[in-house]
This record gives sequence, structure tokens and C-alpha cells, in this order.
Amino acid sequence: MFKIISKTLLAPNIWEMVVENPRLALKAKAGQFLIVMPEENGERIPLTIADFDREKGTITMVIMAVGVTSRKVIALEVGQSLYAMIGPLGQASEIDTNFGTVIMVAGGVGTAPIYPIAKAFRESGVKVISVQGARNKDLLFWTDKLASVSDEHIVVTDDGSFGRKALVTEPVKEILETRGSEIGCVYTIGPAIMMKFTTLTAKPFTQQYPNLKCIASLNTIMIDGTGMCGGCRVKLGDKVKFTCVDGPEFDAFLIDWDSVMQRQRIYCEQEKCSLNRYIETLDSKQ
Amino acid sequence: MPEQDPKVRAHNFKEVPLGYTAEMAMQEASRCLNCKKPMCRTGCPVSVEIPTFLALTKEGKFAEAAQAIKKTNALPAVCGRVCPQEKQCESKCILGIKGEPVAIGRCERFVADYERENGLVTIPEKAPATGKKIAVVGSGPSGLSVAGSLILKGHDVTIFEAFHRPGGVLMYGIPEFRLPKAIVEAEVGYLQKLGVKIETNEVIGKTITVDELLNEEGFDAVYIGVGAGLPSFMGTPGEDLGGIYSANEYLTRSNLMKAYKFPECDTPIVRGGKVCVIGGGNVAMDAARTALRLGADSVTIIYRRSQDELPARGEEVHHAKEEGVEFAFLTNPVEYIGNEKGMVCQVKCQKMELGEPDASGRRRPIPVEGSEFVRDCDTVIVAVGSGANPVVTKATPGMELNKRGYINANEETGKTTKDRVWAGGDIVTGAATVILAMGAGRAAAADIDKFLMGTQE
Repeated sequence: MFKIISKTLLAPNIWEMVVENPRLALKAKAGQFLIVMPEENGERIPLTIADFDREKGTITMVIMAVGVTSRKVIALEVGQSLYAMIGPLGQASEIDTNFGTVIMVAGGVGTAPIYPIAKAFRESGVKVISVQGARNKDLLFWTDKLASVSDEHIVVTDDGSFGRKALVTEPVKEILETRGSEIGCVYTIGPAIMMKFTTLTAKPFTQQYPNLKCIASLNTIMIDGTGMCGGCRVKLGDKVKFTCVDGPEFDAFLIDWDSVMQRQRIYCEQEKCSLNRYIETLDSKQ
Repeated sequence: MPEQDPKVRAHNFKEVPLGYTAEMAMQEASRCLNCKKPMCRTGCPVSVEIPTFLALTKEGKFAEAAQAIKKTNALPAVCGRVCPQEKQCESKCILGIKGEPVAIGRCERFVADYERENGLVTIPEKAPATGKKIAVVGSGPSGLSVAGSLILKGHDVTIFEAFHRPGGVLMYGIPEFRLPKAIVEAEVGYLQKLGVKIETNEVIGKTITVDELLNEEGFDAVYIGVGAGLPSFMGTPGEDLGGIYSANEYLTRSNLMKAYKFPECDTPIVRGGKVCVIGGGNVAMDAARTALRLGADSVTIIYRRSQDELPARGEEVHHAKEEGVEFAFLTNPVEYIGNEKGMVCQVKCQKMELGEPDASGRRRPIPVEGSEFVRDCDTVIVAVGSGANPVVTKATPGMELNKRGYINANEETGKTTKDRVWAGGDIVTGAATVILAMGAGRAAAADIDKFLMGTQE
């Protein structure tokens, strides 16, 4: 169960891992997520589904080494197994064909989860403009893959080492300015700060285009992923929603982004302590 | 019953009561009058043969006593610890009218522990295989009880559990110091030895649906015992600050994910400092006592009614007080205030007074105008109940729910409005007790068996 079938380094510290899980692969839909545990005493962390193959019975996830848990997952070799993998969780993306054209805004590792959604839109006849951003050229991955499901594919880097030197918000603004009437929805997945600014970029255009939507996929603190812990709660307008059962995608215009970012930092000290301890154990083994 | 000293135990996760010795159990059991009409049995949701097991205990036949209990209760070591006996069997004991009732729960706990610790657990004979397959959704007390009953009838039983370890609330909710996890593992292991299959990491409603279990995976019946689930928040401003947990999250981190062993185990939890627990039920007591053991400087239970209305068991309140948990009665939080890191640092409270009785029969708490005050805190645990979890119910068309989202099931049989589907425990009743969930499971098992064997004729 949950055997690692293949493992590819996509960019420094970013790995693509294909995991055997026929039942999950059969059910997975674009936009959903899963929870993984690398080992028995490990943590449960949510990861968005990057791809799935129903025939081979596999799930693809893209994971960046950040804390102890992601590092422990990445440290698993082909043939080894995750301790647990649960899903598919959350609501699938609503592939609304009335959108006409969607802008898919992917930042950093967010390229992975945005790919299946872009693919689903394209397959259902919606025009896809993808805007893919990274800090620099080395951190870009899946550019060809994302381009293959996009009608237009714009790449930006913070330092201009590849594509255009810009933040993702710049092309988004230009597209909305020049052909906003064609755009039904701006979809954004990536670091919270990037999603926040994408939302802020799109928001003023709703005056001119009241039907314009903006959807963001959140990656929050979570334990069970089935509605039980409430750790993933997010303020959405005057309501509180659970990312695991109500999300992970929400109307980005309603998300309280500062609260989202604040909650992501709750354990930052413990995470540092845990990571240092892990690195020390690795060092002492060498 | 001997207990760990409160000052010592408030800093460890070892079990609080140390349990009877054999002599104590025999002596206590010998107090049973062996009434002609044993009222104690009527007080037990699973009708344990109490006089029979007490008679065996009195004679020192402890393993036989445990086996007598197991005829109707698959989890005696659990029930001996967490059942509210004072409201059930013991409340009906004749001796209780003038003095102390027989300590049935303590005797139950002793014989179950004795049987397990001495390797005397035997596997009872099962009925011949019927070829009928039953899926049980959820491995908490209700699901384990259904499985335990149906496996003995010769059916093929598979339990599906969403978490990575079975036991449901017994694993994630009830703390180690009240119910050691090794005991839950042993009781689950007993069911596995009986032949019950357990599939962890399977979220029914997501990984696979109830309809697929029935129509594609070849199950003849499904029992849903997924528990209540969604924790309630109060909508208090600032409730999204760091350091504010639902009791579910706090207890799951500590119990199931072993955050008390952080950083040896990877799951973190905010610990130490001043802790406030909101609510007065058993879960609030569990959270408060867990916070003490995680190194809190102080733990205060904030409850909007008075001591008399506390819904928690008397024994739990007593234990909490002994260990140093403080109580702020007639108090309600109205706002949480955070520091520059987004972590809670203060709670603004309001004093309450009791008015006329409300629908629950308890006097309604009314805010006292102008009584706001602020107290410092580093962690807040919100333990004010839960709502129905929609994961299974939303994915199961044709199964009627009530307006609060719980499953409409027949009170006596657990049958839902959907063909071949039964349900019981908290997903039907809303948050209740372990033993009531087990009672519902046992009743449903009888009805499922009747249905399966009836259709075969």
C-alpha cells in the first residue's frame, strides 16, 4: 500500500512522487487533496493532488522540502511506502463551462495542483490562459506540461532569469485590462501571499465585470481532513468554513487573507525546533 | 479504589485510578445481594449479565467473569473505565438506596484487566459462516460493538476507518490517563482475532461510497457509526487566533498524534502557560486535565452556568479539581485578543446570571451588563459540543437526515430510511456517551442479523 513508484527532482528541493493507490486514483478529481503521513510517529499533512492515472492506479504529488514532514516524505525511496495516504478529500473544482476563458495563476509549487484543473477546463472546452511564476529559472518546473493544457502560457520570474521579469500579478492585470470581458474566472494556487495579491489585483475589475470570479485553493493546518478538528477553519466573509470539507477552493474575494497567513505561522517555532532536530539526526548518521 | 496522587498525576499521562486488587474485587463483588429482579441490568444499555459476573468475581473466577460480560459487551475494559455507571447500572442497585451501590464498573474493569494481563483471553465459538458481508463505517465504540456482535453470528465483517489507527473517539478523544491506548489496542485486537477485518485510511463517502459498498463491493448491509464530528465554535471575535483550538483538535493532537511527545513525534501543540477551557462537559474536563499534563501553569474552565449545571460526570469534575484545575462559573468569553504574532494572549469575558429554565430544563444564563473583564491566556480550548459530520451523509443519497444533519434512524433498530443501511451512535443522537453508542450498535446488530438471515429463508 502507498508504495512510491517513481521519484523525480523537478527543481531544487521540489520532488515529483508517484504513489500507488488504486482506490484513490479511481476517485481523485481535479482540485481535491490528500493527507499523507511519512511514518508512524509522523505528522499528517495535506497535499494537493497534482495528477492521477486511473488505469495504472497511481497518484502524483509534488512536494517541496519545507519542514520535517515534507523532508521525511521526500526521503522515502522508490519501493518504500508512505505510512498513510488518505483521500481524495475536499470538494472537486467546479469546471464551469460558462467561464469562457479562465486565467490559471500558479506560483511556485502551486503549478502542480493547478495543472489538473487547467487540464479539466481545457478538456471541457474552456479557454485556458496560464500564468506561471517562480522566483527564478531553477525553481520552474512542469512548464511544458502546463503549456500543453493551455491556450496561452505566460511564464514570469522575479529575477527575469526565464520568461518575463515580473510578478504573476502583472500579466493578470494586463489581461484583465485588455480583454477582461472574456475572462470568467481567475484561479490561483500558490503561496498565500501570492494568492492574496492575485485576489487584490482581480478585485477592482469586478466593478466593470460583476460576474468575474476569483477562486483560490488553500493549504491550511489540518489533522484529519474530514471535518473533525477545525484546525483548517478560515474566515470567509462573515462565516467560518472548514478548508477540508467546504474547500479547499473558496471564493477568493471573501477570504480573510491576513487571517489565513497568520494561522499558517502558528507553529513556526515548533517547526524550526523539529527541523533542527531532524537535521542533527541526519548529520549524526553520516 | 486507589489512585495516583493528584500532585504527581497532574504531570504524567499514566492512568489515574490504579484499579482493584483481587481481594478488593472479590470483597466488593460479595456485596451484591443477587436480587431476583436485577435492576442493575435494566440500567445497562447493553444489558450486561451483572449478577452473574459479580458472582463469578466473588468466587475469584475472574476470567470467567470477564467472559460473562463479553457475551453482551465486546469492550469491558473500556466500559469499566469510561461508562457513567452512577447514572446507569449503579444507580439502580438496591444497596444504593441506603448506602453505597456495588461498584460494578470497578469490578468490570478489574476482571477485564485480569483476563487480558494474564493471557486468559479466549476466542468464543462463532456461529457457522453465513456468507453474509457487512461493512461497518467507523471504528469507534458503536462500530466495534456492531462488529463484535455480528462476527459471533457467523457473518463476514469489515470495519472502515478514516484515521490511520482504529478505535475512533477511544483513540483520538479520550486521553491516555483515563483510557490507556494499549487497552483500546487490545480490545480492537480481540475483535480482529474473532475475524473482524479493519481497513484504515478509508474515508467512506470519499474513497468509496455507501452505495458502492452495497452495489459493487458485495456488502449485504452497511452500518454507519461515524460519530458526531464537526466541532462547534462560538463565533466569538478572534476565534481564528493561534493557540485557540477546538477540543477535538487539541485532544487529537495530544492523544492520537502523540503531540505530548513532541519533538520525538512530529505533531506540535501549543503548551504551557495559562490555559482557558470553554465549556463544562466531559470533553472540557479531558481537555483541561490534558493541558495540565502538557505543562500548563494554570488551567481554568470557563463555564457560563453554575457548578450545579455542569454536564460533566461528577467523578471527572472531582478529578479535575483535585489536580488543580480552576473553575470560573457564570462566565462567558466575548472576545479573544491576540499578540503581534497572531497568537491569543487575552480573553475578554462577561459575567452571567441564571434566569428562567430553558428548553433543556436548566436555568438560562443571561449576560450581566457592564461586567466585562479581561484575563491573560496563552491557549484556549473550545469544548462546546459538535455538529453532524457531512462527509458520509452527503455522499449517501436516499438516507433521510433530521434538520440538524444527523441521520434519522429507528430508535429500536437503528434502521435508516435507506435500504440495507443502519446507523447508530453520535451521528444519530448527537454527542452522547461511549456506552449509548455501544447500545445502539448492539441493537442494530440484532436487527441486521434478523434482516440478513430472514432474507436467506
